[in-house]
Amino acid sequence: MGYQLPRKTADTLFCRLREHYEIFAPKLFAGDGCFSDTDVIRYDKVSSLDEIEFDRRSDYSFKEALFAVNETLFYFTENETTIPSCTDKKLLIFLKSCDLHALKRLDAIYLENGPEDFYYKRLREKACFVLMDCGETCDTGFCAGMGTNRSDNYDLYLKCGEETVWIDCPSEELLSDLKEAGLNEAGETACAVTPNYVTQNKETVTLPKNLSVESFDNPLWEAYGSRCIGCGRCNFVCPTCTCFTMQDIHYRDNENVGERRRVWASCQVDGYTDIAGGGSFRQKQSDRLRFKVMHKIYDFEKRFGYPMCVGCGRCDAVCPEYISYANLVNQLAEEDAK
Amino acid sequence: MMKNEYIPFPSQVKKIIRHTDIEYTFRMEFTGEVKPGQFFEVSIPRYGEAPISVSGIGPDTIDLTIRKVGKVTNQIFENFEGNHLLIRGPYGNGFDIENYKNKELFIIAGGTGLSPVKGIVDYFSSHPGEAADTTLIAGFKSPDDILFKQDFEQWEKNIRVIKTVDSAPDGYQGQTGMVTKYIPDLPVKNPDNAVFIIVGPPAMMKFTVIEVQKRGIPEQNIWISYERKMCCGLGKCGHCKMDSTYICLDGPVFNYKEGKNLID
Repeated sequence: MGYQLPRKTADTLFCRLREHYEIFAPKLFAGDGCFSDTDVIRYDKVSSLDEIEFDRRSDYSFKEALFAVNETLFYFTENETTIPSCTDKKLLIFLKSCDLHALKRLDAIYLENGPEDFYYKRLREKACFVLMDCGETCDTGFCAGMGTNRSDNYDLYLKCGEETVWIDCPSEELLSDLKEAGLNEAGETACAVTPNYVTQNKETVTLPKNLSVESFDNPLWEAYGSRCIGCGRCNFVCPTCTCFTMQDIHYRDNENVGERRRVWASCQVDGYTDIAGGGSFRQKQSDRLRFKVMHKIYDFEKRFGYPMCVGCGRCDAVCPEYISYANLVNQLAEEDAK
Repeated sequence: MMKNEYIPFPSQVKKIIRHTDIEYTFRMEFTGEVKPGQFFEVSIPRYGEAPISVSGIGPDTIDLTIRKVGKVTNQIFENFEGNHLLIRGPYGNGFDIENYKNKELFIIAGGTGLSPVKGIVDYFSSHPGEAADTTLIAGFKSPDDILFKQDFEQWEKNIRVIKTVDSAPDGYQGQTGMVTKYIPDLPVKNPDNAVFIIVGPPAMMKFTVIEVQKRGIPEQNIWISYERKMCCGLGKCGHCKMDSTYICLDGPVFNYKEGKNLID
């Protein structure tokens, strides 16, 4: 059961909701794209529904709302460390179905793999997720084949029309906050609201079923990897990539005071495996590509029971060398079937 | 309040043992359970953190043998006078002494690879009756690179020790050559009851395992420890992952049967 409400009412509601929530959503940054005269859609704090890009897939995923590109772990002075405070507000994060599936993967790494991550958990506990549906498939996504095209574990589903907004709110906590912000008093109509989802994509991907240690020697890695320039963009746009590197900085005016941060890291970029004394592993880009792809479709599944990749297709869209992860995986599957 | 694993705690430097110009052992205050082969993240705010193996375990101390080869370790050497280092850990699985009791134990270490196994050498050197026989082969680049000189004097009294250097100036009295040179002549009585622990640089480990297998030692009797980049030690940062295995959580110590299948 859901509600249909006039757009204006919904706008007011979300405006009021900001009293208790920080709202993160994909936003269009006109002219901010990588190349001249291109736009970029990425996550940012928003203050109204108008700012949200509902239709197109964001170039960067929602993950930065839960772990920032660079995040301060603690501030240090000579003998003391201080943990940065966390927002008092709850988080409301707008995302598409593929990203909501990615959340499960982030949880696996940050909450289940070893001890729980303090910084991730304290934000995660405050976060509510708002599902936005996909009217039509994006260009490079292949969610239908990955089973990530549908989600029912949202806290709120919201569909935004020009004049009307439809919502379904299974989360009692969020519903009560919405009521406090004015829902029910605003003349909305109760009606059945169910999310739309795409059932077919332009891109179809079949996962290979019989990957093994032998797959590490497949010549396909070289065929695709030889074009890779190791920029790491595929990792940074991926909603399931979670790697980071520690980084200490100190303030220019006083070297004894500074902070330890963690910053997003890429397994495709030089230095990722460097150990003290000069050792490193996977020097070739093809080995790094193999490492990444096998993580997404093979070894994460060995550890957690489901593939890591959610089929959002962002990596293919962002690659400056036009390396198609989708084609590579399909080719692996074809060989696998032989 | 949930535990924040990223915050290091100060630990007092009890003693510094200088092995070479670039390798010191820092004896640090620490009470708590810790096993040989586990590691700590040692940090100097401003410069970062480095994973360092435990090279000795005392009643209320741990030894951290640190080689001055990186940004963080250089600073640790500069700042050791401060009496405290910030550490967090221990992390990783470590070696389980029980696996080696009553066996013919052979420990083969290359360079600083001796640090993670030193706790085991110490144990069987001071409890020689608990293993059927104990042998240590330790290889170093040159006589100047030899670590734990005082410990070697002690070990040589209790267990069989081969201390070799890759190359030495003319007139050097000790043994020379790679560790692999000494494997064919090791006195293995019963390959099924012999266990080998092999730790060192990747190439050394690879060729040592080959030589050891030539002696008819079954895979499951070989133990190795992997050195990888470990930024967090908590299974999060991803740098140490090999296939589906996080070296910081599931390792760094592996039975060779499992460890041989791990691909970077």
